[in-house]
Amino acid sequence: MSQDIYIVGINMIDFGRYPYRTPAQLGAEAALAALDEADVTIKDMQAVFSGSNYTTMIGQKVLQQIGQTGVQIINLVNACSTGASAVRMACSAITAGEFDTVLCVGVEQMTGLGMLGGAVPGAIPTEGLLGSATMPAVFGESGMEYAARTGATQADFAQVSVKNHHNATMNPKAFLRKETPLEMVLESETIAYPLTKFMCSINVDGAAAAVVMSEEKVKQRGLMGQAIRIRASAMASAPWQERDPIMHDVNGPTQLAADKAYAMSGIDPKDLDLVELHDCFATVELQHYENLRLCGDGEGVKMIRDGSTEIGGKIPVNVSGGLLSKGHPIAATGIANMFEIAVQLRGQAGERQIPGAKIGMTHVVGLGTSAAVHIFEKA
Amino acid sequence: MTTDTSLPIPAFSFIKLDKSGKPGLVAQRCTACGAAYADSERVACGKCGARADKLETFTPSLEGTLHSAVIVKRGFPGVDVPFISAVVDLDGGPTVKGTLRNTGFEPENIAQGIRVKVCFDDALGRKDKQGNSFIAHYFEPISA
Repeated sequence: MSQDIYIVGINMIDFGRYPYRTPAQLGAEAALAALDEADVTIKDMQAVFSGSNYTTMIGQKVLQQIGQTGVQIINLVNACSTGASAVRMACSAITAGEFDTVLCVGVEQMTGLGMLGGAVPGAIPTEGLLGSATMPAVFGESGMEYAARTGATQADFAQVSVKNHHNATMNPKAFLRKETPLEMVLESETIAYPLTKFMCSINVDGAAAAVVMSEEKVKQRGLMGQAIRIRASAMASAPWQERDPIMHDVNGPTQLAADKAYAMSGIDPKDLDLVELHDCFATVELQHYENLRLCGDGEGVKMIRDGSTEIGGKIPVNVSGGLLSKGHPIAATGIANMFEIAVQLRGQAGERQIPGAKIGMTHVVGLGTSAAVHIFEKA
Repeated sequence: MTTDTSLPIPAFSFIKLDKSGKPGLVAQRCTACGAAYADSERVACGKCGARADKLETFTPSLEGTLHSAVIVKRGFPGVDVPFISAVVDLDGGPTVKGTLRNTGFEPENIAQGIRVKVCFDDALGRKDKQGNSFIAHYFEPISA
């Protein structure tokens, strides 16, 4: 990027079920934690980029809680890439020179939606007629396509859940913190074969926020000691592909965004110390090993079989426990992934710390389709 | 409004009835780049951007190959499970999603490459608020 941009404060609330709190309260809690960490107040924010898929005008609602300063607020709805899109917008705006200090917030309240959400209204319900439009079915189909190409088995996919759930036992902010041995994952309720219940991320409430600053401002405020440099901020939508959108393509956009991020930063995949990627379902984690160039085509299966992506492996993936364990409050997830990288790069991850972690990547992908890849380095 | 109770309404825009009421598929192909779409009213080509005047309507094959599928065991409330959600590449295009029936619910029943045919049938008895019936497409395995 033309000038370096940093995250100087970032936090997420403990993801979970908060039926008696409002989305604004959840977002406000995350925003205040990020502001406090950056030693700034809402009055220092020159703009807000915020997002929620189920709550309109979330940025305004958050500022009604923590300070209505009258600044520009732009709300984003970009499916599962919403939170990362807010940070992407902050980078664009700071690069453009319009602002030097920006707040990003992602919030989602999903309690009561159930596991599958609801059917889209139409003349007649199409679920069961037009196959299935549930996320487990859509991602299961993408996973079965991958399995046909690579020979991945249901057990390979299940092993992703074993790994990520194990990692979450060391993360107090995760919703599901228990070991799930392979047999438990495979024997849990089948939702859409090959996906069982423990291979699906959990719909929870959550919020995450980040304060993003220009280099000049970081130095002026003396925050370089805690700053996380954004080495790359890249997004892509789905390039034309013969089956998309009949079959949503989560691979193409992720590949495009990853390649842009590597080019932008000059960082090579082998330089990464850890990756927080979009494991909304266990199957897709293996696809993203390949899409993010962590291995060659068809080698994702080998990565999970030989432990390459476990803590202590060649390239640990989803050390936080991932969406499979933290839960997946849609618009909050992108910034929550960045929170884990920030904690790791600062050496504050406790028993799940990757020793000497210097460079980390985050990835999210929202169906429709939008992928975001960011690369971070400790300043 | 129920105009003609003898003719059900196509459940999806890629199903068309001929004058005798016999159902078939309809699709569009871009004459500039060859991309095929399970659609009949596109504004332009999503692959090359050619405008609607370059899009021709054609009648797809009623046979194809299973590209990917899952066995749905938990669905929305009121939807009978299990069923198979399938993505099928029709011979000559396009790709169509639908429900695969008349087969088992074991992993081997959804292997990529299985040959299937398109059948038409009542849309699981579902009717709109006016009481109209709908006709939908289903995939069935072509027996060897």
